[in-house]
Amino acid sequence: MMPKKSYVQAVINGESREFLCEPRQTLLEVLREELGLTGAKEGCGDGNCGACVVIQDGRLVCSCLELAVESAGTEITTVEGVAGRQELHPLQQCFLEDAALQCGICTPGFLVSAKALLDKNPDPSEPEIRLWLANNLCRCTGYDKIVRAVEHAAERMRQEA
Amino acid sequence: MTTRMFGSAIRRREDPRLITGSALYTDDMTLPGMLHAAMLRSPYAHARIRSIDASAALEAEGVVAVYTSADAEGELNPVPCAWLLPNSGLVVADYPSLAKDTVRYVGDIVAVVVAETRYQAYDALDLIDVDYDPLPAVTSPEQAAQPDAPQLHENVPGNQAFHWTLTGGDVEAAFANADVVLHEHIVQQRLIPNAMETRATLAHYIQASGELTVWNTTQNPHILRFVSSAVTGVPEDRLRVIAPEVGGGFGSKIAAYPADFITMLCSKKLGRPVKWAETRSENYQATTHGRDHVQEVELAATKDGKITGLRAKVWSGMGAYLSLAAPGIPTILHGLMLSGVYDIPAIQEDVYGIHTNTTPVEAYRGAGRPEATFMLECLVDRLAKELGLDPAEVRRRNFIPAFDNGHPVVTGLTYDSGNYQGALDKLLDKAGYQDLRRQQAEARENGRYLGLGLATYVEICGLGPSQVAGAIGFQGGLWESAIVRFHPSGKVHVFIGASPHGQGEETTFAQIISSELGVSPDDVKVVHGDTDNTPMGWGTYGSRTTAVGGAALAVTARKIRDKAKIIAAHLLEAAVEDMDYEDGKFFVKGSPDQAKTIQEVALMANVAWNMPAGVEAGLEASTFYDPPNFVYPFGAHLAVVEVDPETGQVDLQRYVCVDDCGPQINPMIVEGQVHGGVVQGVGQALWEGAVYDEDGQLLTGAMLDYAIPRADRLPNIEVHSTVTPSPHHPLGVKGIGEAGTIASTVAVYNAVMDAVAPLGVQRIAMPFTPERVWRAIQDAKEA
Repeated sequence: MMPKKSYVQAVINGESREFLCEPRQTLLEVLREELGLTGAKEGCGDGNCGACVVIQDGRLVCSCLELAVESAGTEITTVEGVAGRQELHPLQQCFLEDAALQCGICTPGFLVSAKALLDKNPDPSEPEIRLWLANNLCRCTGYDKIVRAVEHAAERMRQEA
Repeated sequence: MTTRMFGSAIRRREDPRLITGSALYTDDMTLPGMLHAAMLRSPYAHARIRSIDASAALEAEGVVAVYTSADAEGELNPVPCAWLLPNSGLVVADYPSLAKDTVRYVGDIVAVVVAETRYQAYDALDLIDVDYDPLPAVTSPEQAAQPDAPQLHENVPGNQAFHWTLTGGDVEAAFANADVVLHEHIVQQRLIPNAMETRATLAHYIQASGELTVWNTTQNPHILRFVSSAVTGVPEDRLRVIAPEVGGGFGSKIAAYPADFITMLCSKKLGRPVKWAETRSENYQATTHGRDHVQEVELAATKDGKITGLRAKVWSGMGAYLSLAAPGIPTILHGLMLSGVYDIPAIQEDVYGIHTNTTPVEAYRGAGRPEATFMLECLVDRLAKELGLDPAEVRRRNFIPAFDNGHPVVTGLTYDSGNYQGALDKLLDKAGYQDLRRQQAEARENGRYLGLGLATYVEICGLGPSQVAGAIGFQGGLWESAIVRFHPSGKVHVFIGASPHGQGEETTFAQIISSELGVSPDDVKVVHGDTDNTPMGWGTYGSRTTAVGGAALAVTARKIRDKAKIIAAHLLEAAVEDMDYEDGKFFVKGSPDQAKTIQEVALMANVAWNMPAGVEAGLEASTFYDPPNFVYPFGAHLAVVEVDPETGQVDLQRYVCVDDCGPQINPMIVEGQVHGGVVQGVGQALWEGAVYDEDGQLLTGAMLDYAIPRADRLPNIEVHSTVTPSPHHPLGVKGIGEAGTIASTVAVYNAVMDAVAPLGVQRIAMPFTPERVWRAIQDAKEA
């Protein structure tokens, strides 16, 4: 009889993690239910809202659309891994300073998404930020303060670089 | 500290846990031995249930139970409606949590599966065999009111749940004597609220003690406890509702829902924790929708542009059942606001609440007020065009003059304070209105179609005096509560009955305490959302948390100050009447150097070694604050759009607003509320709309098919304000949660209509998709 679950090893937020999962389980479910990383959220389950995004091998992916078994051998960053051990990431710091969140449920997705943008492009224009963040939905903020926070974080990171 | 903290844009105290992914929402919770529930929902909009066979599902791996309506018999009372409008012929149809013999919308729950894992529960749904006998369905409220329409409920003839009327002044005479009469047919399309967190319930019933704990995504945990107790029979003292982190609501998390009660029932029957978390498509099908009005409106005016009368008929879609507060939305919160910012001497409205085979409709951000503001403001712009006047000038001719302590309008309300011309003047100035008009004229000469859209509004919020609530059929109170507790170290706990879920009251309420009592906001912890450790309160909706709960808190802080003053006087061996207070220090008048701090007083009150005679130990106070009137925030908004006549594309280029919510406790939070509100209203004008087909299938059944505003299609929102305090609020503050949504839909509508006016376009239905705009332009060309 075939085993029901597969063994998977991946590097998550800098640590090697092992888990067993059913072939049909999504990466999002495993992160949330097996690994205790509940920062990523299921907002839609079909790749439209960006609440579940993680960075996988340098690419931004919707963890609700990827099967957990496919993550074997990859490196994944979730919102829990955006900050350092002691201090917040400049994006988190600027989200705080600019009040770029209200209910907070979409915020992990925005932070991860914005980090992926700044990893690629340290000096994005406002239209570039808006276009990139169009993959993430927020119903509370109207996006204004989020865009501002990403601009400020980019500026701070360029100064610190 | 006192003067600095009120009005200071300090950082939100909620945010550290939210930006690190460590905040816990309902679906993040797991309990030992927890089971998972999945709901089997009707695929038909209207059908008889001939039979249900769950035997195969019960055999499936991991399945613990399957329940249908028979299992709920005697265990779950009907889902209640709690806004029983008087004098409206209101009939409440039976609303069972699990459909009995008939399903009435796509999403009605037929059965529930409980299993060890979520996958197993969902897999087993497919194994339940339901034999349906489909019936004709109706989805438009206007059609459902026709005599030959399919009938949803035996005891609701003509599908008419209520007929509410409003008459103020002599409307017949106003129209008979009018120089100008304008007519408008408006469809306020049905909207899906789309809180980014879908709804969820985790119920844990302990059979040994009969105690039920419920974690839920609610906006109002105390109402949920009250209603859940009535439905499940678990006494209120054994029922604890916890709203942990809640991811937005916008009205869709006011109601108590069938799925919540079913989840509680499952836990009660099985004695194990049971979690249900809806998928986004379930959320679209079964979490309440908003708006859904068909409006016929007439406006009477003089040739000078003075509005003399307003007459309207509204068919308001209620969906298949009456949701908790639904009847009050298109009536009390809508009809009573039809005078808007103007002195209109005669107003008449008929509102028909009509059942259709669709998802129940509830409050959605603005709730009735956007629909009222829309009617008025689009007709005011029509009037300006008709008379060749600027829309700003027509508004000026009709505004209620500035007032600071009460102004009655013909609908029966008394607004608290307002300066509508002041808000509009500031808007025109900040936006550079005259320049924009010049740019528009130039653009038109070059074949480009710019449009300017104004909207001025006043809204009713801070619900409200409980006596009024009773008179208008609201089956609850509308006061709010606060407890303030000083610990020996001078740190403060604040417990409130309201339940913020994104609005930032953990911060602004700490600022109120800081301003009133001179402690640092960092020393104040605001506790909310747990019925076991907070005082009763009626919840967070209708922009009422700061307007009512904030008042409760300010009054409580002042009680603390009064008691602290007595203790300080005793410690300083002075008479109480000789004492002064400033910035957290109590001192004898003229001797501020010899002061007792609030922290010193708190320590003494808690150890009680040396208290004045007859004064109790402890430094704690509570208030149940019932406001004497509603509050009436107001403002003026401007949208600037460009319409491409070749493609019908609408580009929102600028959005400028002036809102007046009285003194602002935290301007950064106010600004965020305005941003979000504006964008939600823009969404209705440009993109959003729930669409059913003729059979009652929800075509916009996923985020792929329902266009929520996204960052790349929006400009920066330019936010300004004026400050007109409420005369009756202890802090002078009004609400700001819904303001943006109330004004922005019609501001954008007016802007688009202004843009296409030279092309001869008279009317376009929302949302303004490129196809609709393009077709309207083509039709106008052909006409």
